[in-house]
Amino acid sequence: MELFLMAAGTIALGVLGCVVWFWGSNLVLDSIYPPRGRNAGDNIRRANMIRPWLFVGPAVLFLGVYLVYPVIDSFWRSLHNADGSRFVGAGNYLWALGDDKFRESIWNNLLWLLVVPALSTVFGLLAAQLTDRIRWGNIGKSLIFMPMAISFVGAGVIWKLIYEFRESGETQIGLLNWIVTRLGGEPQIWLTLIPWNNFFLMIVLVWIQTGFAMVILSAALRGIPEETIEAAILDGASAWQLFFKIKVPQIMGSIAVVWTTITIVVLKVFDIVFVMTNGQWGTQVLANLMYDWMFRGSPDYGRGSAIAIVLMIVVTPIMVWNIYNARKEAG
Amino acid sequence: MEGMAGKKSSLTWAVHISAFLLVVLWTIPTLGLFVSSFRDRDQISSGGWWASFLPSERTGYARTGTDDDARQVDGLYVIEGLVTEGDQKLSAWGTGAREPGKYQPGETVEIEDGWQLTVSEDGSYRLTSEKPFGMRRGERIFTTTATPPDFTTGNYHRVLTAEGLGRAFMNTLTVTIPATVIPILIAAFAAYALAWMRFPGRALLTAGVVGLLVVPLQVALIPLLQMHNAIGIGKGYMGIWLAHTAFGLPLAVYLLRNYMIGLPREVIESARVDGASDFQIFRRIVLPLSFPALASFAIFQFLWVWNDLLVATVFLGNTREQLVMTGVLRELMGSKGGEWEILATSAFVSIAVPLIVFFSMQRYLVRGLLAGSVKGG
Repeated sequence: MELFLMAAGTIALGVLGCVVWFWGSNLVLDSIYPPRGRNAGDNIRRANMIRPWLFVGPAVLFLGVYLVYPVIDSFWRSLHNADGSRFVGAGNYLWALGDDKFRESIWNNLLWLLVVPALSTVFGLLAAQLTDRIRWGNIGKSLIFMPMAISFVGAGVIWKLIYEFRESGETQIGLLNWIVTRLGGEPQIWLTLIPWNNFFLMIVLVWIQTGFAMVILSAALRGIPEETIEAAILDGASAWQLFFKIKVPQIMGSIAVVWTTITIVVLKVFDIVFVMTNGQWGTQVLANLMYDWMFRGSPDYGRGSAIAIVLMIVVTPIMVWNIYNARKEAG
Repeated sequence: MEGMAGKKSSLTWAVHISAFLLVVLWTIPTLGLFVSSFRDRDQISSGGWWASFLPSERTGYARTGTDDDARQVDGLYVIEGLVTEGDQKLSAWGTGAREPGKYQPGETVEIEDGWQLTVSEDGSYRLTSEKPFGMRRGERIFTTTATPPDFTTGNYHRVLTAEGLGRAFMNTLTVTIPATVIPILIAAFAAYALAWMRFPGRALLTAGVVGLLVVPLQVALIPLLQMHNAIGIGKGYMGIWLAHTAFGLPLAVYLLRNYMIGLPREVIESARVDGASDFQIFRRIVLPLSFPALASFAIFQFLWVWNDLLVATVFLGNTREQLVMTGVLRELMGSKGGEWEILATSAFVSIAVPLIVFFSMQRYLVRGLLAGSVKGG
């Protein structure tokens, strides 16, 4: 009960705080530079120089303190030893280059980067194309989209049940092993099956992200002008040609957006590996490795930060590309 | 022409079937979890969840009564009784361990000199003899019974009370709601300024927001935790509210700005000409018109905060009283790896609220996604 009071109190305080700030600061500004009287023109001009900063102020403050500062601070820490007491220069980065677990993580992350965006996009495109053409398509879309609402941890439980293993001869309660034994195979402990276990983890993320790809690509497909498609049909294009030579090239922009968005999700992937294998059996990834160094056993903030910065460096090209696109669109 | 039509309809069928397969493939994992959460431990270990809709077959045996239970009817010694329990149905029976399913229900068999045994489908048996039976222990009757599908809500009672999920549910709610409401207000003002006010640095700020969209949260954890410790917030709700508010801001500002910039220019310009201040324009015109975008972001943020594990693990404590649902779930995966009735039920409790939000507000979610990625598309 007191929890709820506290939450309600925070909401009230937060909302009230925002209102007081935005309303009050505007009021103060208007009383310092009143938009009337002798200097009305000057005052309005001056007030208009300051007012935007009253609007963006809190957001800029939050972003600065909670996102920009930590990046700089992490970089600084990555140049120091475990508890930050000694400057080690590039030492942590050199350590990473020689560390087996780090190399394994980089390699696995690359694998994730190749497989997950590709499969999600392909399945998303397929789902979009199929469901757009049938009457119950919207229900189908909803169901394929649904995993988006499920937490990575929840998805971890869901898929662990599918991969569940029982000794050969016992009743298999995991769907995958049940199918395998039905087909005459031996049941496997899928999550310890190096190197395939990586793919069994990736499937979880593909399952979650396909709905996102489908929604974006379905909208893009519907955005293709009717005339283009009609013209292609009149010219005798087969369904296959119509799809690959007319439709897909037209939605390349959206495919790129989907691809980069999922790429970012993949780079940050943590929860799935964390709860399903915790990086054992050759499934370590950067985000989980970083967590290990920062919060497990005796923390090493230097190494942990170095890994975080590597992660940051990897997403930077995407960041630049996004900014470039956003600016191009703004014209 | 007829050939064309035939080809078309077979293509339509192919589309229907492949779409159906895809949907089934995507739904089955969640369905499995859902069904498992209504089965008790014995049921789960005795067979996969997909078998739970069919009656399950079990074999066993029961003993008939002895001389003490015998009655005399029309000169015959008769023993009657039941070999099944509850609403089980008998599908076969027998008298020897080697062939436990030799006879059909309703069959009458002479099992020993002058002893006639009948077992019917409802499990009642009738053993008759012309002479007294003279047996010390009852005859064994082997049964093959079909138990109808049986589901229980007992798991839910257990996880919500004994496993501490009820408390975690409250914690999650406490984290989520303020962390959803507060960033909206802050972001809405900033988005309005970036969309409709002219000032030096606007383009740079917008680019900065787009850039911050992709910053990996992992980078921020240690510096922020130490900052919280240094200023005395420490680990707790205040810290996690602040963190989630900040982490949600780039997307919020970005989404809202993209939406607001698409609002009709004439409306805003004419209000300005009429002498409305920016504050009034924002409050009276832009904010109400932006409702769909606000709703989209609110849903995103709600789902993201509710489903988050990393930020909660770092910024909230890890004692039983402080865990959010994803945290409890993770702990259960470690400690109760094999107890699927607990795991499945807990997982379902934790995903139930997001699923409800998802299905009731899907429209806004889709709109938000589209605004966030294929602008103007």
